[in-house]
Amino acid sequence: MISSTAWILITAILVATSCALVGTFLVLRKMSLMGDAISHAVLPGIVIAFLLTASRNTFPMLIGAGLFGLLTVWLTEELSKKGRIFHDASMGIVFTTLFAIGVIMISLFAANVDIDQECVLYGEIAYVPWDLWIWRGMNMGPRPVWILSLVLFINISFITLMYKELKTYSFSPQLAATLGLPVGLIHYGLMGTVSFTTIASFESVGAILVVALLIVPPATAYLLTDRLHRLLLLAVLFGITSAVGGYYMALWINSSIAGAIAVMNGLQFALVFVLAPKYGLLGKKLAGRRIQRAGSELITTPEPSRH
Amino acid sequence: MEVLIEFFSLQDPNIRFVLAGTILLGLSAGALGCFAILRRRALVGDAVAHAILPGVCLAFIIAGGKDPLMLVAGAFVFGLLSMVTMDFISRNSRIAPDASIGMVLSVFFGFGVVLLTFIQTTGFVDQSGLDDFLFGQAAAMVGSDVKVFGGLSLLILIVTVIVFKELKLISFDPSFARSIGYPVKRMEFLLALLMVLIITAGIQAVGVVLMASMLIIPAAAARYWTDSLRVMLLIAAGVGALSGVTGSFISYTAPAMPTGPWMVVSAALIFFLSFLLAPGKGEIARHIQKIRLSHKVAYENILKTLYSMEEEDGRTDRLRPAKELRKRRHLSRRKMRRVLSTLLRKKLITRFGGTPDGFLLTETGRKEAKRLVRVHRLWEQYLSQHLQIAEDHLHDDAESMEHLITSDIEAQLRRSLGSPALDPHKSAIPYDNDEDEPAGKKSGAKAGGRAGSGSQSGKNRRGGAS
Repeated sequence: MISSTAWILITAILVATSCALVGTFLVLRKMSLMGDAISHAVLPGIVIAFLLTASRNTFPMLIGAGLFGLLTVWLTEELSKKGRIFHDASMGIVFTTLFAIGVIMISLFAANVDIDQECVLYGEIAYVPWDLWIWRGMNMGPRPVWILSLVLFINISFITLMYKELKTYSFSPQLAATLGLPVGLIHYGLMGTVSFTTIASFESVGAILVVALLIVPPATAYLLTDRLHRLLLLAVLFGITSAVGGYYMALWINSSIAGAIAVMNGLQFALVFVLAPKYGLLGKKLAGRRIQRAGSELITTPEPSRH
Repeated sequence: MEVLIEFFSLQDPNIRFVLAGTILLGLSAGALGCFAILRRRALVGDAVAHAILPGVCLAFIIAGGKDPLMLVAGAFVFGLLSMVTMDFISRNSRIAPDASIGMVLSVFFGFGVVLLTFIQTTGFVDQSGLDDFLFGQAAAMVGSDVKVFGGLSLLILIVTVIVFKELKLISFDPSFARSIGYPVKRMEFLLALLMVLIITAGIQAVGVVLMASMLIIPAAAARYWTDSLRVMLLIAAGVGALSGVTGSFISYTAPAMPTGPWMVVSAALIFFLSFLLAPGKGEIARHIQKIRLSHKVAYENILKTLYSMEEEDGRTDRLRPAKELRKRRHLSRRKMRRVLSTLLRKKLITRFGGTPDGFLLTETGRKEAKRLVRVHRLWEQYLSQHLQIAEDHLHDDAESMEHLITSDIEAQLRRSLGSPALDPHKSAIPYDNDEDEPAGKKSGAKAGGRAGSGSQSGKNRRGGAS
């Protein structure tokens, strides 16, 4: 029998890995905040699913959330194209409006909806071990672990199958388009996995932790390497270390696990931000000094002539 | 109706507070949001609004209770800190601004959650409702809140008016501002300060997520109506205030309805209407423009076709039947009829009924057609002479440019080319007789050679009409 600690750690690691994998592409594509937008904008989808099925069943909610996740992506894209406004502004308009509609729906159906914005958005990973999946009377272990394993499987297959395409696309969408790659398909494929990952994860770990795990580990890794496969591996590594470290930190100070993992992410980033050899603060400063010294040597000490 | 009167008579002091609070919030957030949008920092507001949480918690721990002033101060300090952090990260590393926004948002908020759970487990007495600070309760606003709020908004509006010129400059062209010696960094800091102020104040009314939208949506809506920043600020402030009124009104008539979300939804509605209806930049206006342009292109093409027929056989008195026109320009029967009736209405062509039924260019029509052919050929000449574009690539580009070249551009083209007599395909460029003689005539091209060069153009040119 696996202990509840182990289940929590497994869940955290699964979420961290999935998020780091797709988050890397988000960071490279400069769409980091898509995860944040999706995790808020799915609120109406969840309420609708709840109203239709009159239960807190997970699968209808996942479907409702998934549809609204894709709707967010599509609306953001269309609004920024048709309305000629910056991508970030169009994302802001879409997700906050959808979120507001969700909150209104909750208060409209308050009598028969037993959810609130906080419980939807701020899942708690500590409850994962008790969210069991009973299948034909058998205890299959925590349900989130199954769902998150599926998400991880999908993400890994998507990335391995489309690796070359994703690589070209994330560094230069224009090049990808001129090479004749199916840019639309890649974009919506990526966004689909992002929505799916976000929705499946935030239900069990909370929206803010998803946002942190999508962005911070890839950004940390981005300060250390220029190669995509290393970037992916490092991001996963940072995700996992922050998940494990955060869990023990939470135990130690007796606090929220999700919050502690986010803080751990921040600490890791701060460390790398200062120390990274090439792109860190110190590294840059040293490199700058070296160049300066080399330059001044060139100027002040010419080769002594012996003839 | 009764409710409306009751609401706007402002009898109930509670309504007065809520209304004043939401209007002030809408006004100042709308105005400040313009700068956020223009500087491509739309989502900074979202990040700051989240990043405030640890400040609130720390203030609570330090004060040992919910001292409102301390909470606001804590929020303010952390809001500013988050702004500075975001800026520092994206300035000093290869991390893009969007990623640094996301990182600050989630890590700060995570830290806040840690502190919040710490407060809860340590058993402070009146910790409940601390997160109300983040989720907002507009309907619960009381007199003192509104006073603080009003003061803040007024301060923000006054500062914005005073340093309007500087803010404008750093929003559109920070490097230019720097080069002419503006204190750009100080101005940016001031702007950050104002943003944090309004977010700290606004959060308590509408909550974290919705605060971000009050900064974005009114400004984005205002953008459709104007190109002037001053007008945009005014419109955005108006949109913000209007959505404040709508939000409070809805939550007044249906007390179960939350004010903040309805503010956002009304702002979003105004945005959507602006997006559709705004003159010039709205979707509908642009669609109409597109249809007009395509109609203009169609009838100008017919004019040119008529002219090139004249060029070919050198006869200006021969009737051209619609059938023949349709052979050269592939338009549907209906569209051809519409185009011809436009031309008739504009008196660019005349119609002679009977047999054979056909059309003739009028004097003005010929002049207009000549102008089109002229700018087409001038443009081709320009492309081949100045951009060295191959001869067989010229036509398509000129085909679309001829409808867009104004008389100013034409004059410039002629000046830069020296009014040449021939285009790259060796067709004569037709000038109006009352204008200066083309420069190229000296080199031998005959003035009356329209008919002659017409046959030449027939050889060189595909499709006839150029």
